[in-house]
Amino acid sequence: MGQVSINENVMDLTPDGPRLKGMRCRQCNNHVFPMQKGCPKCTSDDVEEVQLGTRGTLWAWTIQGFPPKAPPYLGETDPEKFKPYGVGYIELPGQLKIESRLTIADPTALKNGMEMEIVGETIGPDEEGNDLVTFAFAPVT
Amino acid sequence: MSDDVAIVGIGMHPFGRHEGVSGMEQGGVAVRKACSDAGIEWNDLQFAFGGSVAAGQPDHMVSQMGLSGLQFINVVNGCATGGSALISAYNTIKSGAFDLGVAVGFDKHERGAFRVQTGRQGERDWYGGSGMALTTQFFGMKINRYMEEYGITQDSLARVASKAFRNGSMNENAWRRQAFSEEEVLQSQMLSYPLTQYMFCSPGEGGVALILARADQAHEYTDRPIFLKSAVVRSRRYGSFEVLAPSLALDYTDGPTVDASRAAFEAAGVGPEDIDVAQLQDTESGAEVMHMAENGFCEHGEQEEILARGETEINGKLPVNTDGGCLANGEPVGASGLRQVYENVLQLRGGAGRRQVPDEPKVAYTHVYGAPGISGVTILST
Repeated sequence: MGQVSINENVMDLTPDGPRLKGMRCRQCNNHVFPMQKGCPKCTSDDVEEVQLGTRGTLWAWTIQGFPPKAPPYLGETDPEKFKPYGVGYIELPGQLKIESRLTIADPTALKNGMEMEIVGETIGPDEEGNDLVTFAFAPVT
Repeated sequence: MSDDVAIVGIGMHPFGRHEGVSGMEQGGVAVRKACSDAGIEWNDLQFAFGGSVAAGQPDHMVSQMGLSGLQFINVVNGCATGGSALISAYNTIKSGAFDLGVAVGFDKHERGAFRVQTGRQGERDWYGGSGMALTTQFFGMKINRYMEEYGITQDSLARVASKAFRNGSMNENAWRRQAFSEEEVLQSQMLSYPLTQYMFCSPGEGGVALILARADQAHEYTDRPIFLKSAVVRSRRYGSFEVLAPSLALDYTDGPTVDASRAAFEAAGVGPEDIDVAQLQDTESGAEVMHMAENGFCEHGEQEEILARGETEINGKLPVNTDGGCLANGEPVGASGLRQVYENVLQLRGGAGRRQVPDEPKVAYTHVYGAPGISGVTILST
């Protein structure tokens, strides 16, 4: 039993942590996550897949205070065991703002502009008992 | 040219939870009431546009309403589904194709937050699977950032919710008819910081129908026709901050509400200062606050003072969400935008009873916003 990416089309799991796969437009340098076939900024289809940055600054945030519905949620949905988690947008310089889980769920510890970096977060087991890992952002320590 | 479509009949099935009544049956009740209001029969209708997101194909309604052979077109357009049915009906009459028709919207959603599934076939749904893809999160993030940027406090959010339930308590068609104090709103469960349970609307059930006619024939059906001066839907542009977006551009631009609002004012030939009553999308309290500015009724940040002075109350300078809005009515997506128009027709006719806006309002405004970044605006006048 090991760790597996929640979806290899959007995220590779490397020894250094998750790496996200985005779209870059060769015509206008616009970025989008996840990968798609056309650029919504300049309308070109001359696009390529690139790895997104791993560090950025917090741009907006909230705290998920109730268990999401399953499906689609793959994490804990039992209200007794559910633990709130942060959700926010992190500005990745020169690329885009990525929506992500945050490792912090305390409103007094989150502030727009704070430095964050990507980390792996286990959501639950997959069908074969592996740890299903998604991405989250944590404050840079 | 802009006076050539009139609303001559309105009907509504109460919003809320209706065990054993399908969404389509609720739509049917709304249509029968609207026909009765206009003094017509189903068989008089030449066309219909029907909207529903989760309660079946609207045109199947003909089997319970009457197999008259009319042109019936289904509309599905996210949270602007009802508004899009109305725009389609409006344009059909403006074009001269038909003289008399109905726009109907209904829905019936499961309890709790909207379930959004975005997985591609054969792939794991990483977005919802990871605990994102909740519309509630977007609203929490947007207002949280907005409050920091423009100095809006949680008291304002509580004022908006408390007003909604107070107005809802005077509306026999509303789902939530119990008034809550600002304190009770603030102390309810924190769902998506800084928004508490009573600051959020819930997906629900209901149906609304509007009968539209050529303006020059309107008096055949009613002595109080209300004129549809403009009806506009806009989708998002590059750089706007929208619901259910796994990524956003680094650039920042206004959202579709600003675009739809400007276009609607321009088409109607009026401005925000001319509006006597407004129904603004209040998926949660913060949305109403932000939408006051995005629709041009104030500058960003002025809402704090405006709300503290009670200017959006029924007897205030610009009454907002006089029927209790989404907060008190819930959000059956297909019907929600039409509910706003229904309320404005009542207000302009002077028939809103205990929640009637004083001094004979003459121009009224509606606004919906929702997934995936779409806004619809209408302007009505007497």
